Amino acid sequence: MSEKQTGTGLMGWIDARFPLTKMYEEHLSKYYAPKNFNFWYFFGSLALLVLVIQIVTGIFLTMHYKPDGDLAFASVEHIMRDVDWGWLIRYLHSTGASAFFIVVYLHMFRALIYGSYQKPRELIWIFGMFIFLALMAEAFMGYLLPWGQMSYWGAQVIISLFGAIPIVGDELTLWIRGDFVISDATLNRFFALHVIAVPLVLLMLVVMHIIALHEVGSNNPDGVEIKKNKDENGIPLDGIPFHPYYTVKDIVGTVVFLILFSVVVFFMPEMGGYFLEYANFVPADQFKTPEHIAPVWYFTPFYAILRAIPDKLMGVIAMFAAIAVLFFMPWIDRGKVKSVRYRSGAFKLLLVMLVVSFIGLGYLGALPATETRTMFARLFSVGYFGFFVGLWWISKNENTKPVPERVQ
Amino acid sequence: MRAILIIVAGLMLPAVTWGAGGGHTYPDDRIEIDWDDKAAMQRGARTFVNYCLSCHSAAYSRFNRVGQDLGIPDEVVRDNLIFTTDMNGDKTKVGALMKTTMTPEYAEQAFGITPPDLSLVARSRGVNWLYNYMRGFYVDESREGLGVNNGVFANVGMPHVLAELQGLQAPQYKTVTDSHGNEQEVIVGFELVKAGSLTQSEYDKTIHDLVAFLDYLAEPYKQTRKNVGTGVIIFLFVFLILAYALKREYWKDVH
Repeated sequence: MSEKQTGTGLMGWIDARFPLTKMYEEHLSKYYAPKNFNFWYFFGSLALLVLVIQIVTGIFLTMHYKPDGDLAFASVEHIMRDVDWGWLIRYLHSTGASAFFIVVYLHMFRALIYGSYQKPRELIWIFGMFIFLALMAEAFMGYLLPWGQMSYWGAQVIISLFGAIPIVGDELTLWIRGDFVISDATLNRFFALHVIAVPLVLLMLVVMHIIALHEVGSNNPDGVEIKKNKDENGIPLDGIPFHPYYTVKDIVGTVVFLILFSVVVFFMPEMGGYFLEYANFVPADQFKTPEHIAPVWYFTPFYAILRAIPDKLMGVIAMFAAIAVLFFMPWIDRGKVKSVRYRSGAFKLLLVMLVVSFIGLGYLGALPATETRTMFARLFSVGYFGFFVGLWWISKNENTKPVPERVQ
Repeated sequence: MRAILIIVAGLMLPAVTWGAGGGHTYPDDRIEIDWDDKAAMQRGARTFVNYCLSCHSAAYSRFNRVGQDLGIPDEVVRDNLIFTTDMNGDKTKVGALMKTTMTPEYAEQAFGITPPDLSLVARSRGVNWLYNYMRGFYVDESREGLGVNNGVFANVGMPHVLAELQGLQAPQYKTVTDSHGNEQEVIVGFELVKAGSLTQSEYDKTIHDLVAFLDYLAEPYKQTRKNVGTGVIIFLFVFLILAYALKREYWKDVH
């Protein structure tokens, strides 16, 4: 006991009982991150920031929101009108949901271009994918809570997808809803899952994601392992302590993000109907189907894949496969070179194809289907899955450039 | 090769006409709402309580909040905007929600449906839609009991409540061919067949003011939101300068 107490004063007292200094050093002041992080490396810390925004605003929303089919819609308007600064808290939360997906999609794209999912970071990627799954569940359930027309019918459409599963489908949808239609029972359980269950899972996964990252160390835009080149003290030559260097840098990123975020929150909270759909300003009505049911923008790429396939079950399978395939990235990519900087032209083309397909699908998924659009949705679906097939194929014997020993 | 083909297809995207479809509606005018023109919103509020609130509720909003936001003292609100009574038969309090006195059962009998709450109608339908809808009623004898139809919302169950102001108008049709080659008759204009108490431009102005009020009603804090936002963003820009200076100072020794 006594030999552990190296420090003096309060910190020494705490350190003898809880590894505060040790943790601070491991994760901040002596966590050596590559010195060449670029623009793409802001999105991890930004995702953490948005998570905090969502939790804090969520707590305040729960103080005034009523998870009851008869009261929910009115309670949201009560928050918007009668609660002091309620409109701000609600817009921060609704904009935060979309911001979360923007930030996470960019964060995932960063991993794709710099090979951050490759050995030895497979688990970081897989934890990250579970975070993505939890986030989708969280967003989906949260969207039901305002109890507007789009909340109601969007949930109706998505839950009915499970009905396509053979044999157990109908029972399964009944079990999810807790009723034969989306109802008060559904709203109440989605509220419970949205405010307690999924956030707990999400937080746990984020901790695991970060612990795994700090165990192996960060990748970087050159895809060079900085731990291979250490000085006499065992400090990576191309590494700099996360704190203060990246804390001060991330503050800059945070402020830029907050400026853009504020523009939406204060000047365009509906974002032209993409962040808050217009039909959601009409209370849920189980007897009146809206003319056009579209999921919120962050689900539209997957929804477009679903609709592109004529058979419902196959469509559902394809949609889930589009997400599931991402889990296997560390093994689909058989290449040894991580960063796009030193990878082949074929890899770059595949990336372009993925981005065009994903954005194209997202755009199409928000619109009502027509023949032309369905044709394009099919093309983009092929493009999306083509990325993974193509990557598996080209990465075996890829024509790569030499990777430098140290970061550039 | 396939990759390149798909990229090319992707880049051609903007050249493809997606065509949102959508039926023909008339009128199809656009308006701007001036949030500094509180007088217009006050006039709109008067029209609203006189003509709309007897059937439609605005139940997410409170009378005195409207008064505070539009600069109308509580006494004036009580005397000029409140015509309803509460459950005890007393005059509705200024702090009450703007509910209608019509029961849903009665409304169902009279109109077939409960008239929708209008608190948020400017957000779900948009101000242009409202402006056109309220100017889109025309004589249609085939509609029993109503005698009117609407060029924006065909076969709507609502009577032309403002007919005493606008008068009645008859539609002028034109035959057009749509993109599928089908011929159809569409409304291209209105002709006044029975004068109301207002001229056309006065009526348009009345509707403009009403829509301005509805726009306010849908998001009463809109002005505050923008004012606060301006301050927040100015603050963040100042913070950005300091944050960037701090980052540069620290990163001087990183090579």
